Amino acid sequence: MAAFYSFFVVLALVVLAWAGAGEAGWKGLFGIYIPYLALLVFLFGFLSKILNWAKTPVPFCIPTTGGQQKSLPWIKNNPWDNPYNTSGTVIRMALEVLTFRSLFRNTSVQLQQDGPKVGYNSAKWLWLFALMFHYSFLLILLRHLRLFTNPVPMPILKLEFFDSILQIGVPVLYQSDMIFVVAILFLFLRRVFDGKVNYISIMSDYFPLFLILAIALSGMWMRYIAKVDVIAVKELTMGLVTLHPVIPKDPIDISFYVHIFLVSVLFMYFPFSKLMHMGGVFLSPTRNMPNFSRRQMWVNPWNDPAIKPHSYAAYEDDFREKMIEAGLPVDKKA
Amino acid sequence: MAKYPPPEELIKINYSTPPTSWMDVPPEFKPGNFSYPGKPDILKYLGLPNPRVWSPTDDDWKLPENWKEIITEGFRERLEKYRSFKIFMDVCVRCGACADKCHFFIGGGDPKNMPVLRAELLRSIYRGDFTMAGKILGRLAGARKLEIDVVKEWFLYFYQCTECRRCSLFCPYGIDTAEITMMARELLTLVGCNINWILEPAANCNRTGNHLGIQPHAYKDMMEFLAEDIETVTGVKVNPSVNRKGAEILFITPSGDIFADPGIYTYMGYMILFEYLGIDYTWSTYASEGGNFGLFTSDTMMKKLNAKMYHEAKRLGVKWILGGECGHMWRVINQYMLTMNGPADFLETPVSPITGTKFDAAAGTKMLHITEFTADLIKNNKLKLDPYRNANFKVTYHDSCNTARGMGLLEEPRYVIKNVVPEFYEMPDNAIREQTFCCGGGAGLNNEEFTETRLRGGLPRGNAVKYVRDTHGVNTLACICAIDRATLPPLCNYWAPGVGVCGVHELVGNALILDGEKKRTMDLRQNPLPGFEDEEEE
Amino acid sequence: MYQAKYIIPGLIVFAALVLFPFVFNAGSAPFEVKLELPKNASECIEAKEVMRARHMQILDEWRDKVVRQGVHVYENSKGQKFDISLTNTCMECHTDKAKFCDRCHTPVGVSPYCWDCHNLSPKQAGPIPPVSQEAGGH
Repeated sequence: MAAFYSFFVVLALVVLAWAGAGEAGWKGLFGIYIPYLALLVFLFGFLSKILNWAKTPVPFCIPTTGGQQKSLPWIKNNPWDNPYNTSGTVIRMALEVLTFRSLFRNTSVQLQQDGPKVGYNSAKWLWLFALMFHYSFLLILLRHLRLFTNPVPMPILKLEFFDSILQIGVPVLYQSDMIFVVAILFLFLRRVFDGKVNYISIMSDYFPLFLILAIALSGMWMRYIAKVDVIAVKELTMGLVTLHPVIPKDPIDISFYVHIFLVSVLFMYFPFSKLMHMGGVFLSPTRNMPNFSRRQMWVNPWNDPAIKPHSYAAYEDDFREKMIEAGLPVDKKA
Repeated sequence: MAKYPPPEELIKINYSTPPTSWMDVPPEFKPGNFSYPGKPDILKYLGLPNPRVWSPTDDDWKLPENWKEIITEGFRERLEKYRSFKIFMDVCVRCGACADKCHFFIGGGDPKNMPVLRAELLRSIYRGDFTMAGKILGRLAGARKLEIDVVKEWFLYFYQCTECRRCSLFCPYGIDTAEITMMARELLTLVGCNINWILEPAANCNRTGNHLGIQPHAYKDMMEFLAEDIETVTGVKVNPSVNRKGAEILFITPSGDIFADPGIYTYMGYMILFEYLGIDYTWSTYASEGGNFGLFTSDTMMKKLNAKMYHEAKRLGVKWILGGECGHMWRVINQYMLTMNGPADFLETPVSPITGTKFDAAAGTKMLHITEFTADLIKNNKLKLDPYRNANFKVTYHDSCNTARGMGLLEEPRYVIKNVVPEFYEMPDNAIREQTFCCGGGAGLNNEEFTETRLRGGLPRGNAVKYVRDTHGVNTLACICAIDRATLPPLCNYWAPGVGVCGVHELVGNALILDGEKKRTMDLRQNPLPGFEDEEEE
Repeated sequence: MYQAKYIIPGLIVFAALVLFPFVFNAGSAPFEVKLELPKNASECIEAKEVMRARHMQILDEWRDKVVRQGVHVYENSKGQKFDISLTNTCMECHTDKAKFCDRCHTPVGVSPYCWDCHNLSPKQAGPIPPVSQEAGGH
C-alpha cells in the first residue's frame, strides 16, 4: 500500500511538472523559483535540523564498543572498533561514513530444525548495493557541477571522462547512471520481497526511492533520448548560480523541467525526512565517541548533584544493633 | 517452575510476517511473555508514581487520568535531554540490518522483537506528536495516536528487550535499542507501569546495600560460611575484612554471588585469591552490590544506587576500588559512573600492590575490573597455578553483552581462563566477543514468570553452547556476570543439557596453589577431582 | 550547543559545499555561447534543431556506414546528397574546430573522440594530427 501511494505521489509530481512547465508554460516557476526555494529550504532545513540536534546534550559517553578495549599494554587494543582517543574515533567514523563498516558486518540468521542449528550467514548484499547507490549518487551529483561552473574545473572533467570511459553509445553512457538505477531497483525490490523489511516499510521509505528513481530516469531520458539542448540548460543553470536567472531563448525539452522539479522536491523533502541520516550519522553518540569514560570524566550538563545515595549513616542507623552484634565495625556506638 | 513447551516444540519458530500491519496487531499478554508489575509498597518506598495493584492481563491498567499528557511531556523532556534519543528517532532508514540480530526475535519470531520495529513503537508516537509530517499526514507518515494499547504494547516489548546492544553494532547509524528501551521504560515508569523484578532489587539495594536485601549481619554470616567451605576444600582459613576503614582497596561485586549457586563459588574464588595475595582490602556491607537495577529504571535511580560506591570508598578511606564479575555493573562503571558521581579525586589511579602495574584505563573512575587485575598478576607470574585441577572442566566462555559492547573487555577474561584450565574452546564467531548473544535475562528480566521468553531469547546462546558441547565435549560455560550465573544454568539445561556454568574466578580459585594448603581432592563445589584422587591412592 | 567545536566547522564545510557553485561563479559574466558560423553556407545538412540535438548521432551513424557498410553518400531529409566525411564535409564549412565545435563542447565538459583519428581540416597533410594540437581530451 505504502509503495503504491508513494508511486502515485511521484507520478503526480511528474505530471505536475510536465503540465506546469509544458501546457501551462510556467517555465519560470519550475526552472527558477522552485529551484531557488528548494535550495533555501534544503540549506536552512538541514542546518537547523543539525543545530537542533547539536543543542541537545550528550549526557553520557555511550559508544558501542566493537572490539577489545585499551587496558593492559600487552593486550592488543582494537583502535578502530573500540577507540580510546580522538584519532581512533575519527578513523572509526571515517570507516563508518565512507565504507559503511557496520553494515559490512551484516549476517542473516538461518534456523535448521535438524539439530536444531542456528546459523549466521554472511549477508553483504545490502552493504554492496547501499555502497553502490551512495557512491554513484555522489558521483552523479559531482558530475552535474559541469552545468553549474564555468569554466568547468579539471577534476569535474576528469570525472566526466572516467565515468564514460567505456564509450558506449552517443552521447556516451555514464557507468554511474547504470549502477545507480540498478542499486535503486535492488533497494526497492528488497523492500518489497524481503518479508521482514517489507513489514517495517512505510511511505517515507518508498517515496524517496521512487523520487530518486524518477530523478535518475528523467535525467537519463533527457540525455539519451530527448537529447535536450545542453547549452540552453547550462544557460539556465548558470543563470541560477550567478543570481541572474534566465529562461533561455532556445527551448529546452520538457523533460528537463520534470527533472529539475523532482530534484527540487527531493531537496525540500530532505531535511524533514529519514534522509537526514546523512547528517545524523556524524552525530550518533554510539559511534562518534571514544570509549574513554573510565579514563577521564565525561560531563553531563544536566547532572543533578542533589541526587544523593541512601547514606551510610542512615544505613547504620537502620542496622546498628545487628552490626554490633555481628562484630561489624560501626561509626557511632549505640 | 512456570510451564513452557519442550525444546522440540519451542524451536518451531515462524519468521514470516503477518499480513496485518503491525499497527493493527494488539499486544497479547500470556503467561511467560511478561514480567509481574511492581508492587505498590515498593513503588511507594522508591517514590515512584501511581502505586497500585494491577496486572498486565487486566483491561483497565488504572493509569492516572492525565496519562497522555504525562507521557507526551515526558517524551518531550527526554528528547531535550538526550541527543541519542532525538537522533535515533529521526534517522532510522528501516534498512532492516538489525532485524534478525535480536535474540528475542531469533528465538521467538515476533516481528515486534525486531529492533527496528521495537523502536518504531516509540517512533510512531514521536512522529505523531513531534513532527509536522506526522501531525498532518498521520498514518501515511508512519505516525499514530497515543492510545492505551500503545502503552500496553510498550510495556510488553520494552520489557522484552535486554538492552544488550547487539543490534546497535550492526546499525549503520549506531542506533542503540538499549537507549530507546531505557527511554520507553522511563516513560512507562512515569505512569506507574514497571516490573517488580527490577524495582524490588532496586529498593533492597537502596536500603540494605544489595539486591537480595541481605542485612549486614547476615552478609557477614554468609561470608563466614563460605570461608568455612574454603577451609574444607583447601585447609586454609581465609580472613576477609568487612567495612574496615583504612584498607587500600574496596572490593565490590554483585550480591547474587554471595547467595546463590553457582555464584558462591566465584565468591570463594575471590576470597582465595585475595588471601593468596595478602592484599590490604575490605568488603562492604553498605556497598555490597555491584549490579545496578537503576540502569533498568531511570537515570536518577541509577545515579542514586551507584553513588554508594564512592560514598563508601570515601568513608572507608580506601585508595581505589576493585570490581567483581558482573555485566551491567560494568556498563554503569565504564560509561556512567564518573559522569554521574565523579570526579573521584579522593581516590588514586589503581596500582596493583603485587605487580606495581598502574592501570591507566581506570585513571578516571579509579575502579578496576577483577579480570584486568588477575590477568596482570598472571602475566607477571605472581600466581602459582595448577590448571589440571580444572581438568574436569572443558570450558567455553560467554561474553556478557555489557562488558563486550559497553566496554570491550574481551581478552582479559580469556587470558585468565586459558591460564587456569587445560582445555578451552571458543563458541562460533558470530556468538562471541562483540557479537555475543544475551543470556535472555539481562536488563532485569531474569525472573521466573518470564522463563519461556527467556528460553526463547536464550536460543542463540544455547545453540552455540550446544555446538561446542557436541564438537569439543565442552561441559562448562564460564562467564563474568552474576545475572549470567543465574540465567545460564536453566538455559543450558534446556538447550544444551550437560553444560554447567561457572564464574572465571571460581576456576582461578580451583587452580590457585595456596601456601600451606592441604592436598586438594575436591574442587570448590566439593566435587572430587578425579586425577588427584588417583594420585593419593598410589 | 554541545560539541560545537566539531559541529560548527562541519556545518560550515557543508554549507560551503552546497554553495560552492555560487561562490565559484561569483562575478562572472553571464553564460553564453557564440559560434562562428560558416560564411560560405547558410544551411547545414539538416535543420538547425536537428543538428543541435542529433549531430553526434549522425556522425556515429556515418562512421558505421563508411567503415562497416562501405556507404559513402548521405541523403538528407530533402533528398540532397553529401559525401560522408567529417573532415571533408563538416569541416569544409566549419573550418575551425576551436571556433565552432569546442565552443559548445568545452563549456559543458564534453570531449568527443572524433579528432583522435580525424584530420582537423581537409588541407591537413597527415591523417592524424600531431599530438601537440588540440586533439580530444578537453
